[in-house]
Amino acid sequence: MSVQIQSLTRHAPNASRKMLDDVSLTIEDGAFVALVGPSGAGKTTLLRTIAGLDGPYEGTVLVDGRTLAGRPMRERRIGFVFQNYALFRHMTVARNIAFGLDVLPRRERPDRRAIAGRVAELLELIQLPMLGDAYPDQLSGGQRQRVALARALATKPGLLLLDEPFGALDPIVRRQIRRWLRGLHDQLGLTTVLVTHDHDEALEVADRLVVMQNGRIVQDAPAEMLDTAPATPFVMEFLGEALAFQGRVVQGSFLPDDANVLRFPVAATDGPATAYLRPHEIRLVAEGSGQATVFGGWLGAMRRLEVALGKRTVEILVLPEQIHHAGIEGVSLDITRARLFRDGALLVWKGG
Amino acid sequence: MGGPSRGGNAVLVAGTYLTVLAVLVLPVLLVMVEALRAGLGAAWRSLLDPDALSAIRLTLEVTLVAVIVNAFGGVMAAWLVTKYRFRGRAALVALIELPISVSPVIAGLVWLLLFGRQGWWGDWLDRHHIQIAFATPGILLATLFVTFPYVARTLMPLMEQQGREAEEAAFLLGAGFWRTLWRVTLPDARWALLSGILLTTARAIGEFGAVSVVSGHIPGLTETMPLHIETLYNGYQTVAAFAMAALLALIAMATVLLRSFLEHDFRKASS
Repeated sequence: MSVQIQSLTRHAPNASRKMLDDVSLTIEDGAFVALVGPSGAGKTTLLRTIAGLDGPYEGTVLVDGRTLAGRPMRERRIGFVFQNYALFRHMTVARNIAFGLDVLPRRERPDRRAIAGRVAELLELIQLPMLGDAYPDQLSGGQRQRVALARALATKPGLLLLDEPFGALDPIVRRQIRRWLRGLHDQLGLTTVLVTHDHDEALEVADRLVVMQNGRIVQDAPAEMLDTAPATPFVMEFLGEALAFQGRVVQGSFLPDDANVLRFPVAATDGPATAYLRPHEIRLVAEGSGQATVFGGWLGAMRRLEVALGKRTVEILVLPEQIHHAGIEGVSLDITRARLFRDGALLVWKGG
Repeated sequence: MGGPSRGGNAVLVAGTYLTVLAVLVLPVLLVMVEALRAGLGAAWRSLLDPDALSAIRLTLEVTLVAVIVNAFGGVMAAWLVTKYRFRGRAALVALIELPISVSPVIAGLVWLLLFGRQGWWGDWLDRHHIQIAFATPGILLATLFVTFPYVARTLMPLMEQQGREAEEAAFLLGAGFWRTLWRVTLPDARWALLSGILLTTARAIGEFGAVSVVSGHIPGLTETMPLHIETLYNGYQTVAAFAMAALLALIAMATVLLRSFLEHDFRKASS
């Protein structure tokens, strides 16, 4: 199922603040999209609006080319998983999962045996076949998570909306469940929208990331493109540790303000600019008067280096060979792989 | 607890028990003793008097209707103020509690002012031969007003704590308003609801002030149990008055005990 959102604006209740500010977004049939951003960015608000929850908004939201208003829930074919699962505490797991089928009008409701069959099938799918008679209070966080998912899937939705579904789980369970979820998405041919504040999670599970900030979409791009060509310094910093170097572009070269940082050629007009790059993208070069100190342990195959540039000190990650090669006395930084920003927008990205 | 405060604690506990005994238990016991002064037979016969039976029946009828109406109204009110955010919500919450803070006599007077012969709608009601003041509908209205807050007040803290997610989940799974209320919200709040209903029952059975104003004290017609007790007592029918009072006290105590029993059970179930 596809979703088209055009110029969606929502105001906070009793306040002029905009929770969503002129948001436009298209989600194709079969896509797995992650809405990411810091808390308060409007991710959950956007998800709830797609689901048809909450009050009025400006703009249009089309699901499968039609507005939701006036369409009965069962025709909308939307499954929603809440952050805290929102399981019905007084019902068994099986009744929870069957709820969406139980409340169908009599004409459309499958008979008891068909419902029980569907529940068994879903319990099998979420790998909890023995827990149908348990109550939600008796389950672990990961199990509740999967029950909530099964409940949302019982009515065979085409669009699955997940609000921070892994937030309360420990890291190992988290990793397992998101892989399993991705598999489920592919297996059932769903269109999935996931809200998360964890960029690693989004990068791992989704095809496309929509980065939000202050109620706006900052960037909407495939996972790999976000890192290579972030639209703004915010996206760059949100997706991981980033180092910034102020400087100027003069006649096709970026001249960093810091001492002991090498200039590099760029295809950009003259003027001030800021270079951003990941600590591991910086190379150590044996020239100049920078002073490097190894500190801390290993980070994967890399070592953490503190480099005194003159006025300031930066932390970078390098392979040990580089330290052997360049030494740690009298070094400079090669930041050729930086993304260059001017006035909050990407200017040019060099490297690969 | 340290040594020195232990003696103080014992005094405090003993004092509390003495106070409870003197203020709460003793009056009920005295009522029982007075009722049985002429023996169980005399007390029983006094309850079988036609006016007494009529008072008991009226009380039970009014209580039944008040409980049904206010259970429904209370659920709706609690649902509205806890699951939705809207302008004037705080004022509505205060309004729900109004009957607790307003003297029941005033509540009764308001109904008289509206529906009494000299009241605002008195003429209109008279012309259409509708009797509200000094008749059962008036008693019912007064009781409804006085007992309205109890179901709503016992449900509100729980529903507030439940949050809205379960309802939203039910809605997204295709359940309509009534189904969500009936299958999701109320089952989760059933003990609080039952507790509120019992509280409403106890209050409705015992209500005197508001009912006294609108009833007109017509024995056999508009007298509820508490009013009939007053009439009997003022007519020096002590045994009959106390027999009725004992019955009233027993019903009230049974409801309260049932409620605390349920509440205890509920705590155990939810812990």
